Amino acid sequence: MNESNNPTSHFRQPLLLTPFHDRARALSQVDSFVPWAGYTTVDVFTTMEQEYFAIRNATTLYDLTPMVKYRIAGPDANRFLNRLVTRDLRKLKVSRVSYCVWCNDAGNIIDDGTVFRLAENEYRLCTAERQLDWLLDSAIGFDVQISEVTAEIAALAMQGPTSCAVLKQVGLAGVERLKPFEFGNFEVAGLPIMVSRTGFTGDLGYELWVDPQQANALWDALMSAGRSRGIRAIGSRALNIARIEAGFLLPNVDFMSAEGSIRIGTGRSPLELGLGWLVDFGKGHFTGRRALLEQQRRGLRRQLVGLDIAGSKPALNALLYTDRTGRKEVGSISSAVWSPTCKRNIALAMVEAPHFEVGAMVWAEVYLNRELVWERRMCRAQVVEKPFFAPERRRLTPPADF
Amino acid sequence: MSAVSPARTRYDCVVIGGGHNGLSCAAFLARAGRSVLVLEASTRLGGAAVTREFAPGFRVSAGAHLLHQMSAQLIGELELEHHGLQWAAQGMSTVSLAHGAAPLTLGPEGQIEGQGIAQDLRAYPAFATQMRRFAAALNPVLEKTPPRLGTDRWSDRLNLLGLGWRIRRLGRRDMRELLRIGGMNAYDLLTEHFSSPLLQGALGFDAVLGTNFGPRSPGTVMTLLYRLAAQFGSSTRGVALPKGGLGAVSDALAGAARKAGAEIRLETPVERVLVADDRACGVRLHSGQSISAGAVISSADPKASLLGLVGAEHLDAGFVRRLTHLRTRGLAAKLHLALEDLPMFAELPPAAHGARLVVAPSLNYLEHAYNHSKYDEYSQAPALEITLPTVCDPTLAPRGKHVLSAVVQYAPYQVRGGWAQERTAFTRRIIDTIAQFAPGIRALIRASELLTPQDLEQEFRTTGGHWHHADLALDQFFMVRPVPGATQYGTPLAGFYLCGAGCHPGGGVMGIAGRNAARQVLAQAART
Ligand SMILES: Cc1cc2nc3c(=O)[nH]c(=O)nc-3n(C[C@H](O)[C@H](O)[C@H](O)COP(=O)(O)OP(=O)(O)OC[C@H]3O[C@@H](n4cnc5c(N)ncnc54)[C@H](O)[C@@H]3O)c2cc1C
Repeated sequence: MNESNNPTSHFRQPLLLTPFHDRARALSQVDSFVPWAGYTTVDVFTTMEQEYFAIRNATTLYDLTPMVKYRIAGPDANRFLNRLVTRDLRKLKVSRVSYCVWCNDAGNIIDDGTVFRLAENEYRLCTAERQLDWLLDSAIGFDVQISEVTAEIAALAMQGPTSCAVLKQVGLAGVERLKPFEFGNFEVAGLPIMVSRTGFTGDLGYELWVDPQQANALWDALMSAGRSRGIRAIGSRALNIARIEAGFLLPNVDFMSAEGSIRIGTGRSPLELGLGWLVDFGKGHFTGRRALLEQQRRGLRRQLVGLDIAGSKPALNALLYTDRTGRKEVGSISSAVWSPTCKRNIALAMVEAPHFEVGAMVWAEVYLNRELVWERRMCRAQVVEKPFFAPERRRLTPPADF
Repeated sequence: MSAVSPARTRYDCVVIGGGHNGLSCAAFLARAGRSVLVLEASTRLGGAAVTREFAPGFRVSAGAHLLHQMSAQLIGELELEHHGLQWAAQGMSTVSLAHGAAPLTLGPEGQIEGQGIAQDLRAYPAFATQMRRFAAALNPVLEKTPPRLGTDRWSDRLNLLGLGWRIRRLGRRDMRELLRIGGMNAYDLLTEHFSSPLLQGALGFDAVLGTNFGPRSPGTVMTLLYRLAAQFGSSTRGVALPKGGLGAVSDALAGAARKAGAEIRLETPVERVLVADDRACGVRLHSGQSISAGAVISSADPKASLLGLVGAEHLDAGFVRRLTHLRTRGLAAKLHLALEDLPMFAELPPAAHGARLVVAPSLNYLEHAYNHSKYDEYSQAPALEITLPTVCDPTLAPRGKHVLSAVVQYAPYQVRGGWAQERTAFTRRIIDTIAQFAPGIRALIRASELLTPQDLEQEFRTTGGHWHHADLALDQFFMVRPVPGATQYGTPLAGFYLCGAGCHPGGGVMGIAGRNAARQVLAQAART
């Protein structure tokens, strides 16, 4: 029995290893690993900056295996999913992917994720957090089977402008025809592989799904084919910069997962998170619909927005105020970074009404560490459109050949 | 039904189920000028408040068999006596039967008669009087729609304040005592007050009748107070037997509903609640026909109503989870005997055979009986509430013959071995128990019928065959009954209401849930 799956020895190895672990360990130069959803994953391989620039200028491999995956199948699978998520999935076609969020009864987001329609009555749901309990509760009254398949599928994110070219070179004929949020089945050196044009970087990119047995073979094939196009393995830190630039949210960073929060009032709805475009009130009932309609009727008291902040110091966890005196608080920042590509100091922040309109001006209280001498700075911050970075190439089909 | 005029297909209100609560609801809605249609799946009206034949020539109240909680006010409001409700017996005594000893008799006004329990004879009247004061204070809680928590509506706040005020007005000593005993169990309370096992057993039985509890279970003083508070509202009638059985109550309610203009269709099961624009807009019948309505009110139990008729797809997942956790498994069975003659209970004067006879000779007897049910067994020595309705109402049986009707506890919904196999043995067990007090009864039995919770579920279409549709316990009571999110008779689905025993105040033939639901429907319509 695999040591990591033996229920009596889990204490010896509290974190599981992904099928790509050996390859990752070999490439790791700074021995920087972090736990993610029960697995050991790489935070940084070499330097964060190097890895980040590979995302925007070349192509990158990111081990996505720990992402929680559920198989949802049965005659009611579509009805079940349509009642689970806020988006209209009734017309989602086979071989299409939909980015969705789902809420509790109060209309607060539990998680976001992607839904793949694998077959007429079979779906894959990829999520950030484990939530079989919620899925099973949601399945009461529906003829569906739900099982977690996280460990049965090895997943790699391959993101960056040269990703398509590398995939073609490795033998994925026709991969360039995949449109955003589409997936197809291919072969690499005789190994079956599923490829979806999805990702967490807001750039051209793909996600690759294979049998864990073939993980190493796939990794090796990509690495050797991609050498001339600057392929590089990346860790979570570099990815985090890219996802903030793309305006993507992280559960328990930018919002609390509703079923995991204890304090009253810490839940956040998709409307508040600026994800109203994911909510379809016309598609029939879904969990949280009545609460969201009520919230919409009353008007939003706060909303998650993008901020452009003066200066170059990331405004991590900063509180926001109406003016520089800092007397009246109007929100706080959940993610912040200096965007190397946009050359802007950007952040995601929850801001109270009426200060969340694009163009509104607030002040961020930023703390600067100057060789252990702390300084407090009030920086002007303007509410701006998201995403901060949205290159044409992320949509272009077929992608340009780099 | 006439075959010529095509059935109407549009009403202001459709009531699902013609149980006594459905009929009460329909009557109040119709009196307010609504066009109302009641749809009952069965061939008979009344739900579990019904009289039917169980052996040729022998009729019995097949579900509820004693009327003790129906509010005098409601009887008056709907003029049920004008609609044919008559009494075979009122203010009935309770007789606690003893093994080979004289029984103990409790009268409707706190009277007590018994032998060798001088101390209890003195203590009981004071206890009964105090409990009546509590019942009087709590009765309005049962009769009114419970407030909702966390709203800013003044009616809700006033309602809560009113409850506090009524308890406060009991006076310092009574209030302190009510707060002290409110969370206790019946065993502790009764052993504190009395020493006679017969008296303890009879009162303890009242605390657990129709519940999922034994006398030592937490919260059983609450269920005792519940019973007494509802009983208080029945004013001087106390425990009563309507002439013609409990079906007569339903018939009178149906009469009141029809008089006010409601239409009632039998043998018309509803299959689905129709939803359009996130609003209940009618029902689809088993026959395939659709009927549209501005409001749909269901007296079926909450699970059947919301999970079965509405469907999870129209409800939020967390709400559905709460509903599935609603405890709905019944523990009470019914035994009906057709008898050649009146069975003679030892030590009981013939005139007393018309009383409510209780087999619960001690609290431990009850607790033992309850123990079995925890392990999917039926009680080896069951507790019984026996009536011989034919003593006061000979119309229920052929001349000179008699009917025995008994509520039997405990009979779990699911019994080890299955009811198909255990039915005969359990029937024998119950008859043996009765024969310990009425030795000659076996020779008199012409026919018998046992209704287990599974049979009750089938016959009355109630999930789990539960007396109250859903357990009456602190977490399923008052403001949170049946579940948070479906209180005040409304549900998360606009236009869809509940009006059966699964709502406040719970089961028992009262008609209050039906009436309160009707008021909510009318108030909602007035608001929008
Ligand atoms: C064994 C037993 C003994 C009892 N003894 C007593 C007693 O002595 N005294 C007392 O006061 N109470 C007693 N009760 C409790 C009392 O009988 C019930 O609480 C009460 O009758 C419930 O009334 P209801 O109208 O709310 O629901 P019900 O009587 O259950 O009526 C619901 C009605 O809805 C109908 N229905 C359900 N689904 C559909 C559908 N899809 N389409 C159409 N119609 C449908 C059913 O056929 C039924 O007629 C007893 C209960 C039991 C089980």
